Amino acid sequence: MTLRQQSSPHTRGARSTAHIMLWVIVATLPGLIVQTIFFGWGNLINVAWCIALAIGAEAAVLRLRQRPLKFYLSDNTAALTGLLLGLALPPFTPWWVSAVAVIAAIVMAKQLYGGLGSNPFNPAMVGYALVLISFPVAMTTNWAAPAGLFQGAPGFLETLGLIAAGKQTAIDAYTMATPLDVYKHDIGALVAEEVRQHPSFGTGVAKGWEWVNLGFLAGGLVLLYLKIITWHIPVSVLAALVVMSLAFGSNQDLYAPLSLHLLAGATILGAFFIATDPVSAATSHQGKLIYGAGIGLLLYVIRTWGSYPDAVAFAVLLMNFAVPFIDHYTPPRTYGHNKARRGIASKSAG
Amino acid sequence: MRKLWDFPGGIHPPQHKSQSNSQPIRFAGLPQKLILPLQQHIGSPAETRVAVGTTVLKGECLAAAIGTLGVPVHAPTSGKIEAISRQPVPHPSGMVDWCITLIPDGLDTWCERRAMPDYAHHPRPEVLARIRDAGVVGLGGAGFPIHIKLQPPERDKVETLILNGAECEPYITADDVLMRERATEVVEGLNIMAWLLEPAHCVIAVEDNKPEAIAALRAAAEDTLIEIVVIPTKYPSGGEKQLIQIVTGLEVPHGGIPADIGTMCQNVGTAVAVYRAIHHGEPLISRITSITGHAVTTPGNVEAYLGTPVADLLRQAGLQTDRLDRLILGGPMMGYTLQSADVPVIKTTNCVIAAARGELPEPPPEQPCIRCGACSEACPMELLPQQLFWYAKAEEFEKAEHQNLFDCIECGACSYVCPSSIPLVQYYRFAKGEIRAHNAEQLKSDRARERFEARQARLERERGEKEARREERARTAAEAQAKKAEQSGNSDGPALDDRAAKTAAVQAALARKEQKAQQPLTAAQSPDETTEPDIASLEKQLSQAQDKLATMVAMLEEAQTSGADNADKLERAVAKNTERVKRAEEALSAARNEAIQPETTPPSG
Ligand code: SF4
Ligand code: SF4
Repeated sequence: MTLRQQSSPHTRGARSTAHIMLWVIVATLPGLIVQTIFFGWGNLINVAWCIALAIGAEAAVLRLRQRPLKFYLSDNTAALTGLLLGLALPPFTPWWVSAVAVIAAIVMAKQLYGGLGSNPFNPAMVGYALVLISFPVAMTTNWAAPAGLFQGAPGFLETLGLIAAGKQTAIDAYTMATPLDVYKHDIGALVAEEVRQHPSFGTGVAKGWEWVNLGFLAGGLVLLYLKIITWHIPVSVLAALVVMSLAFGSNQDLYAPLSLHLLAGATILGAFFIATDPVSAATSHQGKLIYGAGIGLLLYVIRTWGSYPDAVAFAVLLMNFAVPFIDHYTPPRTYGHNKARRGIASKSAG
Repeated sequence: MRKLWDFPGGIHPPQHKSQSNSQPIRFAGLPQKLILPLQQHIGSPAETRVAVGTTVLKGECLAAAIGTLGVPVHAPTSGKIEAISRQPVPHPSGMVDWCITLIPDGLDTWCERRAMPDYAHHPRPEVLARIRDAGVVGLGGAGFPIHIKLQPPERDKVETLILNGAECEPYITADDVLMRERATEVVEGLNIMAWLLEPAHCVIAVEDNKPEAIAALRAAAEDTLIEIVVIPTKYPSGGEKQLIQIVTGLEVPHGGIPADIGTMCQNVGTAVAVYRAIHHGEPLISRITSITGHAVTTPGNVEAYLGTPVADLLRQAGLQTDRLDRLILGGPMMGYTLQSADVPVIKTTNCVIAAARGELPEPPPEQPCIRCGACSEACPMELLPQQLFWYAKAEEFEKAEHQNLFDCIECGACSYVCPSSIPLVQYYRFAKGEIRAHNAEQLKSDRARERFEARQARLERERGEKEARREERARTAAEAQAKKAEQSGNSDGPALDDRAAKTAAVQAALARKEQKAQQPLTAAQSPDETTEPDIASLEKQLSQAQDKLATMVAMLEEAQTSGADNADKLERAVAKNTERVKRAEEALSAARNEAIQPETTPPSG
């Protein structure tokens, strides 16, 4: 009788990293479905393309690094990175732009740093920021008009053809600037009332976009409910955005209104799915609040005074930079200690 | 109703308690032999008081308490001492230790018992001594001697005395059934402790998953001031620090003890042991142990004599050897695996889990940490387990220590929730072990250095004194000579001159030598001295040999205290090294003398 020897604990919870990633993937579905309904097949095709490419790129690097393929690929993290890029990129992004983004994300931002868990920057956002800077035209002119899947958006094959053709700009008839973009450009010369005449706004906050964001919000709440994410980051991102908007942008004739900040662009996707990427986020609760608030603040600043209409990628990446610093100053107070021990290992700290 | 507090983190693992708590406590009976380790508690091992072949009565003291922290070991039944030998004892390392083997005679004849039901009329120290003489230790945890715990430092007044009936670990139900069936004994035991400590509040805290135990305690504690406090089921609510936090909202200060904040925790089983010691004069000779897991057909709780081999209890419970995958002593969260069932039940054995294959499956392979924070959400001590893991893995122990590694109670909540299946606690144990070893090493080498330096200083001094004496002698001799010369007049001038010159030469040589003795290294470094480098290297050899000896001695001490089996080898090594040091010393002093000799010989003239 040989008895198995093992160190305690002898039992563990059912949750695995692969499950968590899978749940995050599933939680994006409401947003993805709404996106497809309003903006056509583009995102769905992007998502499929990016996921396939992400898995392929990960497998290639793992092979080069001589790591077991199945073990690492089954953690679903590459698929999630691909998925997030597919959701964030404009629907008519040419295939090769997406490919550059995915490869940059997986190879550069993730694997070159040592793979899962070792990457200081959010891989998807590295990929996104890279193509946004490198191919500004492709990244701004390829947003789909909120025509609706059943009303005039190009069919599946036509969309596929457009993406596969790889032209920097798709057919004008199908594309339209995003509401944030429109507002940013037009508000200098027009008043709010006139800006809102642009077809991208529709009758609500921002045609289509509001529903997409609500879709992502639904998925985000599921993640909260399942305790896959904690409330700290999304709430602080949104809170900072609200505070900034109320403090600086209450005049709608000068600045985009709060509703637009919250429900147009990638705000909710960013707050619930991107900023919450645990690997590159801050560690403690307090740290997460600071990290999230920083993202919300930068998001507002770049959108309002910077040259990009949306800024989730930049805000997240900039705060990724700050994470080691934040972590350094925000350790939790351990039981029985009067105060938290800051820093790394200075003997004098109490 | 008492206000309760929550503690941060915590988990809700499946309980698996109904396997073992649906049957009443069963008496395990007399095994063929009892194996009684001399150390079943924290503190120095007890010292044998019986010889092989002696016949002893039930309850007789077999081994006496040594030191303040010691407690005695008693005969669980009457019989004959068969052996006093090293046997496997319950320990994570599967080590062997000194044990008394008792062959029961089947008569179970008690020795004389001295009960003290009127304890309240006795001085407190006498009652405490009784408790110690009964061998009572904390039955819930590490086996800390209870008479020590019941005498907190003068400055600390215990305001709230908490009996811990939380029993938060899955599978274990020993305290549960004890509270159900022996609630009055629990309450009586608590009364004795309360009489000793005079706390303002007496609380028995039980998790809300034990309604029967709660009802029984309520009935037993009616008309007393004891509060039965029902706490929410959450692991690790039974951790001492967590329970204090739940009941009082206070935190035991880092590096302090519960009494520092006016609290004390005792296990319910301990209370019963105290009760039996005082009211019946019975020493601690048995305990209740859960025998559970899918590899036994009739799980349940047994009252077993201390020393009963675990294998016997498993056999009684219907162990299916072919299904058995692992034996866990304690609970699934903090218990450890046994290498064999041939270890005895000791004072702290609260549960044996005979897990069938697949019951507590082996964890999947470790994946990278995704910093998901699940571990820090679960940590009741509010640590950052992911950070500690990172530092432990990178062997950056100082950083881990700075992040309060030593506040980790090894509850395993973090490992339990980690989605990447990282054996976090194992990393912490490793890091703690390394740090402790390093500190011990540091201490030892500091001590060794101090010893070495003290010795050097003494030798130096002695040498100096010797020189001084010799010089003194030389001077007296010279003076005597001079006197003599004076007395004898100038007649034998040349001879005297010769002698005086000789004396002067001797003195000069001595002065030179003294100078050298004071700065042997500077001399050794000067290139024109041919004999000196030899001394330097010999000195280095000597100090190396001495260092090595010091480490060897330290290792030997450690090996002896922990009873490791390489002690003999180390002993030989120490002897050899002592020899080596001696040789080096001799060589060095010889070399030194040689270096000095040519000059001490006065120029013959
Ligand atoms: S639970 Fe595991 S994977 Fe998550 S942060 Fe902690 S150690 Fe890392
Ligand atoms: S084992 Fe240590 S680090 Fe892990 S949860 Fe328990 S106290 Fe926290």
